[in-house]
Amino acid sequence: MRAFSELFTHIDQTTSTNEKIDALADYFEHADPRDAIWCVALLTGKTPRRTIKSGELRDWCAETSGTPVWLLEESYHVVGDLAETISLLLKGSDGETSHTLHEVINSLIALENKTDDQRKAYITGMWRQLSQQELFVFNKLITGGFRMGVSDKITIKALAKRYSIDENIVAHRLTGNWQANETLLDTLMSATHDAADISRPYPFYLAYALETAPEELGDVKDWQIERKMDGIRGQIIVRDHQLFVWSRGEDLLTEKFIEFEPLAKLLPSGTVIDGEIIPAKDENFLPFHVMQTRIGRKNVTKKSLTEAPLVMVCYDLLEHDGVDIRHLSLMQRRELLVQLIETVKEKEANIPLWLSPVLICQNWEEVAAQRLKSREYNCEGLMLKRKDSEYKTGRRRGDWWKWKVDPLSIDGVLIYGQRGHGRRADLYTDFTFAVWDGDELVPFAKAYSGLTDKELLEVDRWIKKHTTDKFGPVRSVTPELVFEIGFEGINASSRHKSGVALRFPRILRWRKDKPAKEANTKADLIDILHVYGGL
Amino acid sequence: MLTFNQNGIYCAQADVYIDPWKPVDNAIITHAHSDHARWGMKKYLAHIHAAPVMRYRLGQDIEVQTADYNEPVTINGVKISLHPAGHIWGSAQVRLEYKGEIWVVSGDYKLGEDGISVPFEPMRCHHFITESTFGLPVYNFPDPATVHHDINDWWRKNREEGKNSVILGYALGKAQRTHKHLDPSIGNIYTHGAVDNINKLYEAAIEPLPVARRIDSSINPKDIKGDIIIAPPSAENTPWLRKLQPYKLGICSGWMQLRGTRRRRGADRGFVLSDHADWGQLNTAIKETGAEHIYVTHGYKSVYAKWLQDAYGLNATEVETLYTGEQLDEPETTGGEDAGI
Repeated sequence: MRAFSELFTHIDQTTSTNEKIDALADYFEHADPRDAIWCVALLTGKTPRRTIKSGELRDWCAETSGTPVWLLEESYHVVGDLAETISLLLKGSDGETSHTLHEVINSLIALENKTDDQRKAYITGMWRQLSQQELFVFNKLITGGFRMGVSDKITIKALAKRYSIDENIVAHRLTGNWQANETLLDTLMSATHDAADISRPYPFYLAYALETAPEELGDVKDWQIERKMDGIRGQIIVRDHQLFVWSRGEDLLTEKFIEFEPLAKLLPSGTVIDGEIIPAKDENFLPFHVMQTRIGRKNVTKKSLTEAPLVMVCYDLLEHDGVDIRHLSLMQRRELLVQLIETVKEKEANIPLWLSPVLICQNWEEVAAQRLKSREYNCEGLMLKRKDSEYKTGRRRGDWWKWKVDPLSIDGVLIYGQRGHGRRADLYTDFTFAVWDGDELVPFAKAYSGLTDKELLEVDRWIKKHTTDKFGPVRSVTPELVFEIGFEGINASSRHKSGVALRFPRILRWRKDKPAKEANTKADLIDILHVYGGL
Repeated sequence: MLTFNQNGIYCAQADVYIDPWKPVDNAIITHAHSDHARWGMKKYLAHIHAAPVMRYRLGQDIEVQTADYNEPVTINGVKISLHPAGHIWGSAQVRLEYKGEIWVVSGDYKLGEDGISVPFEPMRCHHFITESTFGLPVYNFPDPATVHHDINDWWRKNREEGKNSVILGYALGKAQRTHKHLDPSIGNIYTHGAVDNINKLYEAAIEPLPVARRIDSSINPKDIKGDIIIAPPSAENTPWLRKLQPYKLGICSGWMQLRGTRRRRGADRGFVLSDHADWGQLNTAIKETGAEHIYVTHGYKSVYAKWLQDAYGLNATEVETLYTGEQLDEPETTGGEDAGI
């Protein structure tokens, strides 16, 4: 625990990527191997199931530190992180402890089946023993979300350095179904382990947003143009006659997507398809939100199976006849993909696999015109892929680009501000916006992102000076500032006062030129709903 | 005896304001930071060590009467005296006594020694006006001696890596305090012009600081290697600072206690070092005054006032002022403290 806390502090105290990589590589080499694997698990988001509720932590901390609960709440709103708030309220011990990271994590996992008294005794007991530095790490282990300023990329680089293997291989070995308690880092990073996990997906190749005019990409004939679907990016894997469905977030979703079950028998073993899982009916794609309701559910209902049957729109073939073919050109992979789907369709016409259509365009103007039609197809825009590109690892520039449609937008009035979290802690950076309904302002969206740091500070100061009311962490302000809010989609919603729910709302810009009176109205929103509200 | 109006904190009996934010005839100044010592008063009364900084910043022609700590003046029956606030050198609490009623305006303050200012002296009173910049229980500042030690260690480590160390802190107060505790055996100390100007005033009034050189046109930035540079926060992201690359950036502020703030500021190191009272110090200071009536100004004022009511049964109220306390992101209106000097 101490070595891990020191690693954390070291990383927290530098903004240099190289220093972070060195510190991690050093830790991977010298830490207890059972701790090292947990460190990688935490950094890549494989956090253990949470066994203590926030409310319990609050109550126990209030009691242990002698802080009234209301004051703890106020502090939490300022600090923006419960784990940190608690570690600041408790005074760390000066003594040294010998708890190891994996031991602590396993103790936390074991709390699930303990009585309330036992749980409380363990947590408060640890609070008394740990140093200030360890306290924060311990609390973070409880609350989860342990990011510690290290991206997946940095973790991969550090592992590549530690084991002297290629980053792409590291990224691949990190995918799949491994459990920190059942393996060791050396094993996970070894070649012999590669074959062991038949469910293991490939790291996804992700595109950046197009940064230049498309003409600058060269001849349009060198590019494969596809629609960018709005669903869940995923991989369908069949190995040893078993089916695995992975999402891009590396969740194994096989059980949830029962439509794909027959593929275990239909697809040849040793097949990995990359594509987009989306609801579709009668050859039409349905809007994303139709599927959203289904993902959250534990059991798939008959109703959702008929209302929102899922298909995979297949983009790419990564493994063919058990061979990793990511190094082949996109053209070659596409050809194999087309053959595969056709062969399977001959056996069973009604399979939930659709080929992603390739758009035929003679020049970039035609591509641009196709892009503008994206919303008609419930798509987010276009994908531009170089025909001779290999399938790379992670987000890369150059060969693949996404060219999204411009977001829909509306001008809203800032009516509430709330303190943010993380690096926005103690700043009013979470905003609620409203549109006019007669003389009344109706809230329609919350947005957190889109302003520069400088603008955030400016708005924060403005909010502090123009507060009309406070309730908890929220301040209502005089309705003066207008912001252009961008969003990807819009749906009718009975839960929202405005009657609509927006998808991915964010701030496009601060309309300093507009007085509040000239912001948009609820009627304007309803108009957008009628045009783009889908089905 | 004191009231709060649109100009500042007012004593009608003596017709004098304390730290007013609008131009008035008579102003008593707790300390020379720009949110407390403002321009445009006909007459100022301030501590002997605050006056040189005020003249330097507000103009040599301002009319300042000076007083030492514990040196009362009486105006229309009100006995007024200055007492150490421990915030920065020359900072004072203002004590006012009239017909047995005692008020203390503490301005900004902290408890404990900082090596450059006379430590805070608790004053018994009936009415106490307190700041609340760090008025939440999450602010528990580490022992400053440890922090100064950490700064020197950090400097040494950066030097070993061939890098400069840049420390950002207020030109008035924080800069001298940091400077005083640097270990000159590690390397050379350099100062930004804005810091050097204030340092000269400090040295003329109080004592010499460890030898340092002002970075001016006579200095080739390439000759600065593995050294430490003290600069005001406004120097961040300027061409001036870029010339000192490669460097590591350290920020000294009480706000560095919070991880989110540290990350937002993007500094390599945040040192938790403040000239304001932390949670424990605020509570200690208030209890020691014995005051029944507490007026809570700039900071987490509503939360802190509620705490004082709930925990100690005091008659605590929050008061709107234009004081800003310790700021991490400087307001654009002033362009940062001492920008361009």
